[in-house]
Amino acid sequence: MKPFTYERAASPAEAAEAAARRPDSKFIAGGTNLLDLMKLQIEAPAHLIDVNALALDRIEATSDGGLRVGALVRNTDLAADQRVRRDYAVLSRALLAGASGQLRNRATTAGNLLQRTRCPYFSDTNMACNKRRPGSGCSAIDGINRQHAVVGASAACIATHPSDMAVAMRVLDASVQTVNPKGVTRTIPIAELHRLPGDTPNVETVLEAGELITAVTLPKPTGGSQHYRKVRDRASYAFALVSVAAIVQPDGSGRVALGGVAPKPWRLDAADAEMPKGAKAVAGTLFAEARPTEHNAFKLPLAERALASVLAEARG
Amino acid sequence: MKFDTPATTNPIDRLQVVGQPVDRIDGRYKTTGTAHYAYERQDAAPDAAYGHVVGAAIAKGRIAAMDLTAAKAAPGVLAIVTAETAGKLGKGEYNTATLLGGPEIEHYHQAVALVVAESFEQARDAAALVKIEYAPAKGAYDLAVARDLAKPSGKDDEPADSRVGDFDGAFAAAAVQLDAIYTTPDQAHAMMEPHATTAAWKGDALSLWTSNQMVAWSVGDVAKTLGMPKDKVHLMSPYVGGGFGGKLWVRADAVLAALGARAARRPVKVALQRPLMFNNTTHRPATIQRIRLGATKDGRLTAIGHDSWSGDLPGGKPETAIMQTRLLYAGANRLTRQRLAELDLPEGNSMRAPGEAPGMMALEVAMDEMAGKLGLDPVEFRLRNDTQVDPEHPGRKFSQRQLTECLRMGAERFGWARRKARPGEVRDGRWLIGLGMAAAYRGAPVVKSAARVRLDAKGIVTVETDMTDIGTGSYTIIAQTAAEMMGVPLHRVMVRLADSKFPVSAGSGGQFGANSATAGVYAACVKLRDAVTGKLGLNAAAAEFADGKVRSGDRSIALVEAARDGELAAEDTIEFGGLDKKYQISTFGGYFVEVGVDAATAEVRIRRMLAVCAAGRILNPKSARSQVIGAMTMGAGAALMEELAVDTRHGFFVNHDLAAYEVPVHADIPHQEVIFLDETDPLSSPMKAKGVGELGICGVAAAIANAIHNATGVRVRDYPITLDKLLKEMPAPA
Amino acid sequence: MASPPQQEIGRRTVIAAAATTAAIGTVPARAQEPGPGAGINAAPLLNVSFTVNGKPRDLELDPRTTLLDALREALHLTGTKKGCDHGQCGACTVLLDGHRINSCLTLAVMHPGTAITTVEGLGSPDHLHPMQAAFVKHDGYQCGYCTPGQICSAVAMLDEIEAGIPSHVTADLDARPQLTSAELRERMSGNICRCGAYSNIVDAITEVAGSKA
Ligand SMILES: Cc1cc2nc3c(=O)[nH]c(=O)nc-3n(C[C@H](O)[C@H](O)[C@H](O)COP(=O)(O)OP(=O)(O)OC[C@H]3O[C@@H](n4cnc5c(N)ncnc54)[C@H](O)[C@@H]3O)c2cc1C
Ligand code: SF4
Ligand code: FES
Ligand code: FES
Repeated sequence: MKPFTYERAASPAEAAEAAARRPDSKFIAGGTNLLDLMKLQIEAPAHLIDVNALALDRIEATSDGGLRVGALVRNTDLAADQRVRRDYAVLSRALLAGASGQLRNRATTAGNLLQRTRCPYFSDTNMACNKRRPGSGCSAIDGINRQHAVVGASAACIATHPSDMAVAMRVLDASVQTVNPKGVTRTIPIAELHRLPGDTPNVETVLEAGELITAVTLPKPTGGSQHYRKVRDRASYAFALVSVAAIVQPDGSGRVALGGVAPKPWRLDAADAEMPKGAKAVAGTLFAEARPTEHNAFKLPLAERALASVLAEARG
Repeated sequence: MKFDTPATTNPIDRLQVVGQPVDRIDGRYKTTGTAHYAYERQDAAPDAAYGHVVGAAIAKGRIAAMDLTAAKAAPGVLAIVTAETAGKLGKGEYNTATLLGGPEIEHYHQAVALVVAESFEQARDAAALVKIEYAPAKGAYDLAVARDLAKPSGKDDEPADSRVGDFDGAFAAAAVQLDAIYTTPDQAHAMMEPHATTAAWKGDALSLWTSNQMVAWSVGDVAKTLGMPKDKVHLMSPYVGGGFGGKLWVRADAVLAALGARAARRPVKVALQRPLMFNNTTHRPATIQRIRLGATKDGRLTAIGHDSWSGDLPGGKPETAIMQTRLLYAGANRLTRQRLAELDLPEGNSMRAPGEAPGMMALEVAMDEMAGKLGLDPVEFRLRNDTQVDPEHPGRKFSQRQLTECLRMGAERFGWARRKARPGEVRDGRWLIGLGMAAAYRGAPVVKSAARVRLDAKGIVTVETDMTDIGTGSYTIIAQTAAEMMGVPLHRVMVRLADSKFPVSAGSGGQFGANSATAGVYAACVKLRDAVTGKLGLNAAAAEFADGKVRSGDRSIALVEAARDGELAAEDTIEFGGLDKKYQISTFGGYFVEVGVDAATAEVRIRRMLAVCAAGRILNPKSARSQVIGAMTMGAGAALMEELAVDTRHGFFVNHDLAAYEVPVHADIPHQEVIFLDETDPLSSPMKAKGVGELGICGVAAAIANAIHNATGVRVRDYPITLDKLLKEMPAPA
Repeated sequence: MASPPQQEIGRRTVIAAAATTAAIGTVPARAQEPGPGAGINAAPLLNVSFTVNGKPRDLELDPRTTLLDALREALHLTGTKKGCDHGQCGACTVLLDGHRINSCLTLAVMHPGTAITTVEGLGSPDHLHPMQAAFVKHDGYQCGYCTPGQICSAVAMLDEIEAGIPSHVTADLDARPQLTSAELRERMSGNICRCGAYSNIVDAITEVAGSKA
């Protein structure tokens, strides 16, 4: 871990201002991803802006019947919130399927969205990795890639986004509120937050340098039966091989987002439209552009079967 | 004491303390954080500086250039050790690769430097400033490819092959045949405490507080590596946070801490960083195994063949996966062959039940497959092929062999009769349910072991031996042994372990620790009893030690009287005189497992587990049970998730941390049941015990594999049995 | 008298003594003087005050110091273990204002004014916390290295159930979670035990939970 200077910001404005002052800085929230990577010198900020005192830890009703989740709400608290459990069960379920009790007690809403990939070559600084060292190559494409993306990836990077929570937020059509170092706020649909890798897998989101997430907004509840199915080798404390977030309405229509298969939560409108036709049609659409490797091709049938199982459960 | 005739009745047989399920005597220290492990010896080395290891970035080749300028200039840096600065180093008897690489690199993450600084943070940062240029060389990293160049290689000096009768002829002629290939992957010990050492020099004498299973071996190897006399090395390992074979040897932490302390002129502590451990230390090597079984129509084996291939660094050892096949089942025509390929992956070496653990993963699946071909119940098939003699040497009997009893009792307790022979028949909601079983087998070697026992004026009995407790319960069973022998309650016994100044014990390895080390304590106690009776003027032969008294005829004297004028001490060694050659001494068991396999996703979850073990006298049923459930848990990992993923281009294990190398968590393990059969083995030692810590892993993975087959009808022969391998053959649920 | 494994006697007093004088940074000032060319490398020490096991502590630390290393190296509270240093094992679990966290993935300077409880704060060899006693009774450990983390985690985990926090295996999100073994196992899954004491650990926790209920 490189030495850094440290400050605790007292307000979003102060945090933004600090970020403007120190372009070499990073925000630290739970720290569960950032410190992990700093220990490996994959992240090496010279300045840390601790955002934990930012009073962004509330979950509030919005005027249009949704919920505004502060950027610093801990994963445990978000999952346990009665409104979330009742109206956004897919989100509770996704959060509870992630990490461990201890980690969820620290991990924050914003930090979870911005956590980085678990590609093992990304975390081994001896290996070539376009995401970590642009232009160095991708060790995973011809290497060990059972965990990696089957769709949405590029020749430069086939890493997945590891978050469970983000997959649920995607299926819920959440949006992200931010403030940039100049004090300008904006709202980013979650669908647009994460970028596909293309030629620049190092650029993972549309956030600008120093742009602070202040909240995530969940639109008015959609009802329906809500499911999150996470598939993994180990029964707990493991990232998804494949996960399915689904909201199924009584008439068979609904929405699906997949985790573990792409560089971002994977959802397509065209696939949602296939929901009444069943898992095969939905998966076919979601994976129309899939380019699996020999070792991760199993994710295609797996996702379809997991979705079929979820749909069967939704039908009761 | 020489043990060369079967044990007769002795004080241990009273079982007042031995054999009782007493709580561990070290339990309240471990549960309160007051048991101090190797990196936590602030009492002994309060001013220790911090060492951080730099690992090689290539698997094979040379260091072309090393630039330490930036690292040396970093804040807090006190010293940097490299092969160049360390002076001439030897290589330990038990090491295959050297522990400090350079200029030659033998494997990925081989240590190439230690950076010592005032603080952990400074050492870690400075270590990243060490700049190294490598000249990589081509290496061999793929066992499947290297297999064709593999050479015959036996265990130690034994021949690589064993043949009895005419295997080829009998196999060809067999009415029913099985010929299948199984693979097991490289596996990591992944003990929770990283390899760690605190080192301090006083003049030319070195003290090492380290995490190590074998004190005497390691004193020897530290001395050899550093080129110093053994009597100048003081090694202590009173608490070991798990080893499983990975801490049988001296590793880089110990050698580098010693070198770092010399260079920095003050104590240094080093814990291997977790992400470094998987490639830096040893692992269980992958195997390719071919098993051929031939049987008569009524299920009698006529031909048993087992070939095993594994790889290791030049000068390394084979994984002896064929061992159990030579002994487990009857059959007149037998062939086993062991082949070793040279690989430039990290060093392969012992991990919990080396040989039998992967060997049983293959053999016991083959037995299940053969039972299926024969249309026989898997339990019945095994019962039909039991043998009470070493099948290669029919004149040589097993000292005890209750395999059939284990299997019968297990079947009954588990409700095996309810198993449907046809796979895929039982369903519980989403889950396909299957039952599986396997035999358990592990040899029960014995190793010379010494102890010293003292009786002080307060009547406290103190045992000293360099035996280690790696979670196995040595503290407790040694205290129980001494309490039984001296006739005192457990709380009057002090146990001091794992200090190289104490008499040399068997150490913790190969399932020999408990039996051998307590037998050594027994021997020392017999001597102390003689000293006591001598002192008290009692007839030694007739004396009975009980309730803190020594009774002989109608005289009864408090034990403490014997030490009234000063402490009494006795030291002795148990030496084993060949009974283990005359008889085959082994442990046996049976596993029964129920799994659920998700019909949609093929995720496997274990629902029930039972082990029935016949392993000689159980010295402490509570801690012995823990050994078995722990081994079953590791076996579950082997069956379902554990695999060091080899990057065959770069020659290293890619998933080198505890998130990427998955081991079972709480949610993977159901309630586990363990039954110990009543058994004493007078041929094994005066304790009549054997061992259970490794038996518990030998076969359990196969039982899980067999249960998965019973649930799904899919037979996976490549471990671990992950859902991707099952999915291929599982029909999508309707 | 107890039958303690060797170096126990006397050591606890050493630790206690060290602990009372432990308002020291991990980094002596000397080392912090920027050496030649090292200016950018040196970050100033920072002060942080919190209570640990009820005792106020003032520390001056390299900002890089994790809470785990502050406890182990600065305060000599080595009961909290370092198994991986990357949030992957749970050995470093401590209670931060009553909530269980991985102390390896947070900086000590991020926690001014908090109350931290470690395994040493739950009980001592002569006064075991009920959870510690249950672990001993049920042999809920082997090597002991994951044990302090398991115990801290278990204590806080029962509070989480009490507070109605659901888990991955809670069937009905609207209902209060139950104290089933499936719940305990899922909730304890952030604490790896390579010795495989899980079955016994669940027995120990169940006993404590039962007597609380
Ligand atoms: C062993 C392990 C297992 C895990 N398993 C899972 C799992 O199964 N599923 C899963 O989803 N996750 C899992 N995680 C990841 C975990 O959920 C994330 O580490 C966590 O959510 C990150 O949140 P944080 O608040 O700690 O982020 P931090 O580490 O504090 O920050 C992460 C990133 O977000 C940035 N950031 C933080 N807050 C803001 C803000 N307000 N505005 C802008 N930028 C910000 C930081 O600068 C940093 O770049 C696991 C983690 C570990 C260590
Ligand atoms: S997949 Fe992406 S993260 Fe992984 S090595 Fe390739 S470029 Fe790096
Ligand atoms: S040491 Fe913190 S989780 Fe492993
Ligand atoms: S007791 Fe050894 S890791 Fe749990």
